[in-house]
Amino acid sequence: MTGIKSPDLASHDSHGNEPHVPVFTGANREELDTLLGRYPTKMAALLPALWILQRERGWVSDEGMAEVAEVLELTPAYVKGVVTFYTMYHQHPVGKYFIQVCTTSPCGVCGADDVVKAFLQHTRTGELGITSDDDRYTVIEVECLGACGFATPIMINEEFIESVTPETVPEILAKLP
Amino acid sequence: MGYPHKSHERETPILSQYFGDAGARTLDGWKQRGGYQALEKALAMSPADIVNVVKESGLRGRGGAGFPTGMKWSFMKPGDGRPHYLCCNADESEPGTFKDREVMRWTPHALVEGCAIGAYAIGAETCYIYIRGEFTEPLLWMERAVKEAYDAGILGANAMGTGKRVDVHIHKGAGAYICGEETAMMNSLEGRRGNPRIKPPFPAVAGVFGQPTTINNVETLAAVPGILMQGADWYKGMSLSNPKSTGTKLFSVCGNIRYPGTYEVVMGFPFKDFLYDLCGGPVHGRSLKAIIPGGASVPIQTMEEAEATLMDYEGFVAQGSMLGSGGVIVIDDAQNMVRVIARLARFFAHESCAQCTQCREGTAWTTKILERIRDGQGSMEDLDTLMGIAENMTGTTICVLSDSCATPVISGIKKFRHEFESLILGKRVHAVTAAVA
Repeated sequence: MTGIKSPDLASHDSHGNEPHVPVFTGANREELDTLLGRYPTKMAALLPALWILQRERGWVSDEGMAEVAEVLELTPAYVKGVVTFYTMYHQHPVGKYFIQVCTTSPCGVCGADDVVKAFLQHTRTGELGITSDDDRYTVIEVECLGACGFATPIMINEEFIESVTPETVPEILAKLP
Repeated sequence: MGYPHKSHERETPILSQYFGDAGARTLDGWKQRGGYQALEKALAMSPADIVNVVKESGLRGRGGAGFPTGMKWSFMKPGDGRPHYLCCNADESEPGTFKDREVMRWTPHALVEGCAIGAYAIGAETCYIYIRGEFTEPLLWMERAVKEAYDAGILGANAMGTGKRVDVHIHKGAGAYICGEETAMMNSLEGRRGNPRIKPPFPAVAGVFGQPTTINNVETLAAVPGILMQGADWYKGMSLSNPKSTGTKLFSVCGNIRYPGTYEVVMGFPFKDFLYDLCGGPVHGRSLKAIIPGGASVPIQTMEEAEATLMDYEGFVAQGSMLGSGGVIVIDDAQNMVRVIARLARFFAHESCAQCTQCREGTAWTTKILERIRDGQGSMEDLDTLMGIAENMTGTTICVLSDSCATPVISGIKKFRHEFESLILGKRVHAVTAAVA
């Protein structure tokens, strides 16, 4: 069959993932309840709740936001408004290794742009924000990671790595399981 | 110390004394190094007495604004029946600044202790430490320290057996420079978008959750235990320049410098000696061209200005800049200033919360023009446009992010105009050559 493939709206909607399984049950629910005890309002637990959601699911889906909204007695639109303000909540699935390279001026004058190029090349992603074909890597530039004396700092998921140079990039990637 | 380098003999390591010493991270280790004696002492004092000692010491905010800490604390009026809050600003995101990261990952208990003392002094039962989400290592150590302090009865309903309640909670940010602005931080803590709020009301009147709140920087709070133990006179005595700037200051040094790291010197230390002796000067074969001494938001200094500076709040102002957060960005002669400033503008454009027109439009427009000049496509009129936008971005918005973007542009064009012009005229030369051909 030739011609332009029509977009599959159903899979676009859910990003081709399994149906949403509730996150805030069992231990996660207990964790959230502990957090709620720290604040005078339920809304204040929104950022922490979104962190739990992302930890469990790898990203923050619309269905996940709806669940957070329900447990915190907010509306889904409100939750989405907050999610979109912050850069660290993934609004779509990302690679197994989410690589953030700091390129703000202090790192920029120390050659951070070359570190970015090395990551794009060695992960075969080729472009910022694109996930590699094997779903292994996503590389983005990030604004100041606050470790400017250790140029260039990067983050791979939760791990912070200092003093990265283009030469050390292959070694860093090779160590990833 | 000049962490990660060996301490220089001209440094005065007080806050940085245990940087690199993993033993100081645990509660036992911290106690062996004299930790929590200051909190014990504080809880036996009246809150007003603590505020007075801090006032007397001359300690000023280490996050950038330099507001006298004791005075800020005195704005809180305990006993009005409302809940009071202390927020510790650990959203360290100002480009060039990484001192609070070292405090938190090497001496987490110093901050817990400072927060507990601060909370008690202002009559707050709860302190939130707002740590930026990217700081995974500081978050780990701070969470461990807080847990250890609760388990040992240092924090909680009966802090150190005194019957007084002191709670400290860690709150993890989610990636937003603007949340380092105190009113944006309060919104973020409440589970909102991190938009700054209009002042007044000031936080001491209506802060987080609408209640009286004080916000202090990590370094400020970490300095408090030492002041309580050694006394206000000891702290006040540490100044090489003028009595308005007292104590020691952490400076994080980065960019084109031989020994980047976090250094601690007494206020008023000569900046020239600092750059060349402590930090080792330029890397081999280079010379220094410009310094941004207090994080990306302060005016750029020429080397002539920098070398004449005494490192304190007034000293940096006298030489065309500001102390800011103490994040020293060093730029050498291999760098093009337009490129550096364009990248800073892109940072501010990315981080604008987009509430105010001048900032939302101005940061993006400024970035567009600067990148055009950087790429050899600029015109001389662009420089006037940039200055005009910058003027309209200064003092016209809810918070100072807009001003922060305008600052490097204005100082950059004023002090390094020739670099802008040569990129612009270089393009014209090419155009003429092309026309002749």
